[in-house]
Amino acid sequence: MSLERFINQQTSAWMSGTGPDSDVVLSTRIRLARNLENVLFSTILSLEKAKDVVTQVHEAVSDQLALELLKMEDLSPLQKRVLVEKHLISPFLSETSLYGAALISDKEDVSVMVNEEDHLRIQCLASGLQLKETLDKANQIDDVIEEKVQYAFDEKIGYLTACPTNVGTGLRASVMIHLPGLVLTRQMNRIIPAINQLGLVVRGIYGEGSEALGNIFQISNQLTLGKSEEDIINDLDSVVHELMAREQSARDALKQTSPIQLEDRIFRSFGTLSNSRVIETSEAFQCLSDVRLGIDLGYITHISKSILNELMVLTQPGFLQQYAGGPLRAEDRDIRRAALIRERLELDETN
Amino acid sequence: MICQECHERPAVLHFTKTVNGKMTEVYLCEHCANEKGEHLFSGHPAFSLNNLLGGLFNPDPQFSANPSFHEQEVHCENCHMTFKQFLQSSKFGCAHCYETFESKLTPLLKRLHGGNTIHHGKIPARMGGQLHLQKELQQLREKLQEMVTSEQFEQAANIRDQIRALEKKLLNEGGVQ
Repeated sequence: MSLERFINQQTSAWMSGTGPDSDVVLSTRIRLARNLENVLFSTILSLEKAKDVVTQVHEAVSDQLALELLKMEDLSPLQKRVLVEKHLISPFLSETSLYGAALISDKEDVSVMVNEEDHLRIQCLASGLQLKETLDKANQIDDVIEEKVQYAFDEKIGYLTACPTNVGTGLRASVMIHLPGLVLTRQMNRIIPAINQLGLVVRGIYGEGSEALGNIFQISNQLTLGKSEEDIINDLDSVVHELMAREQSARDALKQTSPIQLEDRIFRSFGTLSNSRVIETSEAFQCLSDVRLGIDLGYITHISKSILNELMVLTQPGFLQQYAGGPLRAEDRDIRRAALIRERLELDETN
Repeated sequence: MICQECHERPAVLHFTKTVNGKMTEVYLCEHCANEKGEHLFSGHPAFSLNNLLGGLFNPDPQFSANPSFHEQEVHCENCHMTFKQFLQSSKFGCAHCYETFESKLTPLLKRLHGGNTIHHGKIPARMGGQLHLQKELQQLREKLQEMVTSEQFEQAANIRDQIRALEKKLLNEGGVQ
């Protein structure tokens, strides 16, 4: 059954770590918010009408796009959690929406959420830095749906959304970026306010309010009105390129000024991951970040680059419990996490 | 000190808000503070950017100082949402709300979107060629202004010709309809 495939399939295509600039940029995400004309927004919609919206959207895509419909009501809390951890659905869709559903592609690079805060949240994910390509893909899906439904659109202020922070283009473009060099050289505290001034937001990997676990930051546009989609992604793209350049020079500087300390840190972390029997999320992320940096800098050669992307999803509480086949207490999760990481490392070492 | 919102209960929450460099003193009772979404100080777990939206707007002198405003509160004819309800949730009930609350919304949009109030992005295909052409025309006019300001007259002349061609096209298409 396909639901089981989405849940059990460990890694999605966007986690492969093979995209452009993937030594620094982990993944790219594009989200378009859309609402149907003449239907109340999902936040105050009746159950009956919410079901209608799901049917209407499902019919609109089913001819042209191979997307699998998953209804939130059919999923267990644990299954929903796994989908959240894979970034295929939002926490809001999983917990708060009245009659939420998601249309997900085989490769897990497309997820159309229905009855989230807006009727439609078209989301596309890609590995590495691929803003233009991912936006094109989201636009294609948008066009397919628009052939069958009428969107709420205003000539002056564009696509109308439940929250005015999304009105206009309804576009949120995000890039997940690994910046250990800038964190180690303590530059992030100066850089984040500068990025904010450009109308972009910097957050931890699990969205608003989350801390930057494993030196991974999510950078996205704040403004959705007044600029074209292309301008929005171009602005984001140039900031990301600037960050990549600075990260590179921070890495070079570290390697030049304190090579032995850097190497020590990387191999200590590798040692922790290869040997620990109990490990918490934050420590695991920090060590994974160090090991990934070690791979990028050529200190570690026998481990594949995708390890950070993969393990940061696989060692989340939902996934661990999915593997264990049931709920786990926090300390048991830490034991499972340590075991999973050791297994994954051994797998690469034997290959 | 009495709550400045309900003028009944004693104010228990006092804080200074600075919006765009303008400082405002706020005195609220617990009830009104919760209602106005100012409970960010109580460590509400679901605190997010959205909760701040209401704060961006309050206290609106027209909104809080004029008692008759509450009595004949404007509400959306389509979904019955009032502006006060919108401020609490930061979410509109339907697309029609944007029209209903347009006058109040414009300053909010400016604050949220760096002073912008006009959409310059994608247009649904069904909106027809007219709107697409108008958008293009508007963008060209802005570009023309830019060129003139930066004294790049050769390019400006080029854009002017494009504008003329587009205007003609728009006029012809308009005539057909």
